[in-house]
Amino acid sequence: MSVSLLWAVDVYGRVYSLSTGGQQWEQCHDAVLEFKRVTAVQQCCWGIACDHHIYLNVHSSDVPIRYQEETYENQRWNPKDNFSDHLLPSDRWHWSDITGLEHQPLDSFLLPSTNWEWEGDWYIDENFGGEPTEKGGWTYALDFPATYIKDKKWNSCVRRRRWIRYRRYKATDTWAKIPSEGHSGPLPDPFNDISCGGWEISEEPRGRLSLWAVSLQGKVWFREGIHHHSPEGEGWEEVSLPGEVVQISCGPGDLVWAVLWEGQLIVREGITRDCPQGSSWVVVDSPNPEAGAIHVAVGDNVVWAVTKDNKVWFRRGINSHNPCGSGWIGMVGEMVMVNVGLNDQVWGISCVDRAVYFRQGVTSSELSGKAWKAVNVPRDGDIRSHSSASISIGACPSSPPPEPPPIDPDVPKPRIPKVTSDSFISEMLSDREVKQEGATAATTASPSIPEEEVALGEPEAMCLPPWSNVDLEETQTHLAVGLSSVATYTLCQGEPYGADEHPLWAWVSGGGCGVNFWTLLSLPALASSVQSMSLSISPAQTAAWRKQIFEQLSERSKREMDHFKHYEQSVWVKKGTMQWWRDWKPHKWVDVRFALEQFSGPEGNQDGILFLYYNFNEEKKYLHAFINEVTILVPVLNDSKHTFAIYTAERTKQRWPIRLAAATELALLSVSCCDSRGIQGPPSKQAIWSVTCKGDIFVCEPSPSLEACPYPTPCDQMFWRQVGGHLRLVECNSLGVVWGVGYDHTAWVYTGYGGGFFQDNIFTQTDVKCVYIYENQRWNPVTGYTNRGLPTDRYMWSDATGLQECTKANAKPPSPHWTWVADWTIDYGISGGTDREGWQYAADFPRSYHGHKTLKDFVRRRRWARKCKLTTTGPWQEVPPIPLSDVTIVLCGAQSSVEPIPLWAISNKGDVLCRLGVTLLTPAGTSWLHVGTDQPFKSISIGGANQVWAIARDGSAFYRGSVSSESPAGDCWYHIPCPERQKLQQVSVGRTSVYTVDQNGNLWFRQGLTPSYPQGSSWEHICNNVRKVSVGPLDQVWIIADKVQGSHSLSCGTVCHRLGVQPMEPKGQSWDYGIGGGWDHITVRGNSIEAPRVRMPSLTPSLTSSLTDPLRPPPPRSLLPVMVTEMENGNAVRC
Amino acid sequence: MADDKDVLRDVWFGRIPTCFTLYQDEITEREAEPFYLLLPRMSYLTLVTDKVKKHFLKVMKAEDIEEMWFDFEGTSLKWHYPIGLLFDLHASNTALPWSITVHFKNFPKCDLLHCPSNSVIEAHFMSSIKEADALKHKSQVINDMQKKDHKQLWMGLQNDKFDQFWAMNRKLMEYPTEEGGFRYIPFRIYLTMSDRPFIQKLFRPISPDGHTHTLGDLLKEVYPVAIPNDDESKRYQVVIHGIEPLLETPLQWLSEHLSHPDNFLHISVIPAPSD
Repeated sequence: MSVSLLWAVDVYGRVYSLSTGGQQWEQCHDAVLEFKRVTAVQQCCWGIACDHHIYLNVHSSDVPIRYQEETYENQRWNPKDNFSDHLLPSDRWHWSDITGLEHQPLDSFLLPSTNWEWEGDWYIDENFGGEPTEKGGWTYALDFPATYIKDKKWNSCVRRRRWIRYRRYKATDTWAKIPSEGHSGPLPDPFNDISCGGWEISEEPRGRLSLWAVSLQGKVWFREGIHHHSPEGEGWEEVSLPGEVVQISCGPGDLVWAVLWEGQLIVREGITRDCPQGSSWVVVDSPNPEAGAIHVAVGDNVVWAVTKDNKVWFRRGINSHNPCGSGWIGMVGEMVMVNVGLNDQVWGISCVDRAVYFRQGVTSSELSGKAWKAVNVPRDGDIRSHSSASISIGACPSSPPPEPPPIDPDVPKPRIPKVTSDSFISEMLSDREVKQEGATAATTASPSIPEEEVALGEPEAMCLPPWSNVDLEETQTHLAVGLSSVATYTLCQGEPYGADEHPLWAWVSGGGCGVNFWTLLSLPALASSVQSMSLSISPAQTAAWRKQIFEQLSERSKREMDHFKHYEQSVWVKKGTMQWWRDWKPHKWVDVRFALEQFSGPEGNQDGILFLYYNFNEEKKYLHAFINEVTILVPVLNDSKHTFAIYTAERTKQRWPIRLAAATELALLSVSCCDSRGIQGPPSKQAIWSVTCKGDIFVCEPSPSLEACPYPTPCDQMFWRQVGGHLRLVECNSLGVVWGVGYDHTAWVYTGYGGGFFQDNIFTQTDVKCVYIYENQRWNPVTGYTNRGLPTDRYMWSDATGLQECTKANAKPPSPHWTWVADWTIDYGISGGTDREGWQYAADFPRSYHGHKTLKDFVRRRRWARKCKLTTTGPWQEVPPIPLSDVTIVLCGAQSSVEPIPLWAISNKGDVLCRLGVTLLTPAGTSWLHVGTDQPFKSISIGGANQVWAIARDGSAFYRGSVSSESPAGDCWYHIPCPERQKLQQVSVGRTSVYTVDQNGNLWFRQGLTPSYPQGSSWEHICNNVRKVSVGPLDQVWIIADKVQGSHSLSCGTVCHRLGVQPMEPKGQSWDYGIGGGWDHITVRGNSIEAPRVRMPSLTPSLTSSLTDPLRPPPPRSLLPVMVTEMENGNAVRC
Repeated sequence: MADDKDVLRDVWFGRIPTCFTLYQDEITEREAEPFYLLLPRMSYLTLVTDKVKKHFLKVMKAEDIEEMWFDFEGTSLKWHYPIGLLFDLHASNTALPWSITVHFKNFPKCDLLHCPSNSVIEAHFMSSIKEADALKHKSQVINDMQKKDHKQLWMGLQNDKFDQFWAMNRKLMEYPTEEGGFRYIPFRIYLTMSDRPFIQKLFRPISPDGHTHTLGDLLKEVYPVAIPNDDESKRYQVVIHGIEPLLETPLQWLSEHLSHPDNFLHISVIPAPSD
């Protein structure tokens, strides 16, 4: 979980923040003024100070906010001056924007506010569409405006070049004043309330926010133009109102509610991507006609309100189609204000003690939560006097409940159904006498195990009425009870403070605080104080009783087992039914019986056979698989079943697995397969990791002969086992540092635990991805575009191919593990561009689509996206906060556990980042160092001797110069031209080899790399149909290939191994095909196990430094055999 | 052996060599050979005797077969007790292999529960675990688990997967540090010479004044007869998993390490051999 902040203001106007990882409220000492209110989102916090001005506090990040200004210098050729600044009168300006319409001299660019600074001076961009230009960065054309090319031709009459300069937002982690200016001068009256949200309305532009403010006169203002590159926004726009507003609240999505002076509430309607400020207001009555509303707080799907009598209300029936909801429900507790944070979690300030409360038990299925719980955390000023208090936000809602009030153990209580109903057997078999015994036991036990408490986990929860049927009368009675218990609670939890130093809070904002249901769940009621078993026994390590047990157990083994080894081991037979994807046509799922027979072999190794019994033409038949021959079990996504495929080496060749559907047997089979191969524990440092296109993660322990030449272990015999978690890619090195990136771009680091199917349910991991469907329409002369297509047309709602019907109603998440987390939205980010409604046009289906309608277009389509979320477990911990799109870890290198390990990454916005502080002990590192680039990047790889290669989004390659342990970020980029007419996609750098894959699936090898010229000379084509390449520390080459032929079918996404790669022949000769059918990623960068080979005696053991000295570029190819020998001596074959 | 985790492994992988012979009065078509098997101590008889059944069915007529049951020297063996407990209780000081008689007729309804399928064993096993957790954690841990987690416990036992079982079971073995142990220790004491099947009472791992309770403390409280007096020779053996832990062994440690998969500490108190 990333560290995020809860913000609050106390009654003296001091601003505090509490980190989810922190232990105390930290006062924001930077705030010169006292503040009235704050409203936080993840990246920043807005506030109103006592001068009624608005201030902005942007949290600093490892990647700065920088904006690229650009302008073009234009020139025309004339016979006298050659190219010169003398343009024709009809021409564009000498300095202009890209279109030529705006006059833009260099000195016309000013910093938007004092919160910005220039990064450097103007410079010429010498990169043109991924190609380096000749000196000066000029591009040539026949005339303005025309197509520009990088080479001057005989008919080139004009030329232009691009100048760029970066500005950077500098006012981070400080309160920067926002000038209160509207379109026509300063705003007439000061501000009174403020609310920030709306980041879910649109992803374009990046980091877009809605900021709503209320003035003292009750007017509402909307701040325009806030997004990542413009954190301050551009100006205020007044929003017309049906009355005077006192307070406003804006959720992450399109919910905006406000409170009127008269006590009614108003709801903003018509908020869309194109119109984030909405169009109209709808009035909603106060929950209580006698006491009007004074405060409202909205989230994604919830609205909470407070009335003048401090009662708290929950609005029922809110959803994206009905922002007004359907009715009020009175809640327990009296609050002065409430605030809805991320994930609809609710925070409030009690009017009884002015403490910050957290609403416990808010989940997506129970948005109203269960109970208020005080957040009793000391302020940074208090901590010295009260060192005992150490409750952080994360822990506080889940800290152990206080002991229930002591109950006289002699009072008989009704028996506990939960326990007795489950122990029906004990009851059945107990004879009369025992029944009495049991009854006494239960009677004594019951006072401390009341069932309600067991179910709800908290005493005060008992007081809460179920929210669905609360009426006002009842609420009154319950309120008293509820409050009294809240009060008790505070008393027993509030020890850190003396009576007078109890902090009195005025305002709280949880909009940037990522406490959610899952983080709470992952800290179960016991977790805060639970220790592991091994700790509990350590003092007793040497006790006599312990020794006695060890001795007796080993005696017992001798006595009972040693002489009877020849006895047959019990055979565990697991029988049941599954569904099997039938081998013959028509293929379909058929019910089959199965039996898994497992037994221990003579040497204690476990083995087994899986039998499947089916009928073929009325004839009983069976299919079997030896567990020790299974090479992989692959979960296959299916929207209604848990299905998986079983491969053996033979079936990998055929591309024809056994496909089964069964709920729980996959786990069992996985364990059996590992047992039969004697594999247990976490993956080794040398492990090969791969990821399927469904995000499942597999590891393979490489055998020493995997990279043998000429007879390597065949690829299809590699045994893969699954590791918990869900990732889009994973990268590792041979020191055991492993990082992954999720589909939602979250970075994860491998914790070193786990391995087996069951041992790695250690950490919760989530991932989010989108499901896409297409809405297709055809134009007809009468009605224009309609959803009535031609009979031959595709479905009007379909998948991308148009062959499958996919409607909003019938589209399902990818598998039962995924759940929807949002509604369908139009996807504007599809390649080819869209119009304002998201449509893409084409002459006919299926053609190439473009984002504007032309006369020749008769069909159009648009893409709808819906987010779904997976919550799983795995040995991964999040590396917040920057989302990544690629990551790479240096090959070999550091050996000591504190030596830094170079790790580079690309953020999902294309920034190049270098991770600092990565060591064997701290594989997650400490912080990011931003490496400046002129354009966004997409792929990066760091090979032997710190060679860093990267691919920019425009498809060109770059080499980073002078990277070393002293200068981990290097000094400058060298632009490497792409192969002719190809845009590169991905790069992988081995010990010395550099391979890239382009967008058309071609694999390229970099020729001519030498120590003096590490950039190499040219690209050499190796093969096509390649998706990904991974080059390892032995310069071994592995790819994910498409269109691999098997004896039964064609396989896309197949793991392939380059054969014949040798020091003198780094390109290898041919491919060996392994597991396939939906593989997306592989990394062999951990495997430094060299195959045993004959050493060449004549070679001198020089060049020892070539591997360890990062400053030294790789040796020339002719010396490579030496290095190989070196590897053998150094870190070869530890197995 | 250094690690307490090895105790868990040793306990889990305990096996009892067993010789199954068909009851002499069963009608067979030809003579039934005895069947030799290593029985896992942690499992249940009906869960691991598929092969035994198959073996004897070969020599019997289908119409002569009713529900299979077992006895040892005339004592019907309750399948719902763990195998190790049955052995400790009834056959501790007899020669190995353990000789069990197999019956297919005259099911002793008053002594034994029927076991028509593995799901009955599962229900019994899970109810024991739940009962144990009610004692240990007011059922909080078991209730926090999902259905699949419950399944994992059962599958771990059923398929003899130590890691699978313990990955989940360790959660049931956790407790808040400051409390020093479970709320109550789930235990059952079995006596061969008594009519009542077992003794079960509420007993805390820590005394009110903060001392660690030992096995001896438990016996003193619950069944003082089992503790030898200073001057007389040992009359009873207190056996768990075929071993006799010292009476000063902390009860909490025993509960964490020597409990059966059903999370109960099954303690057999048997007469000491006279010789």
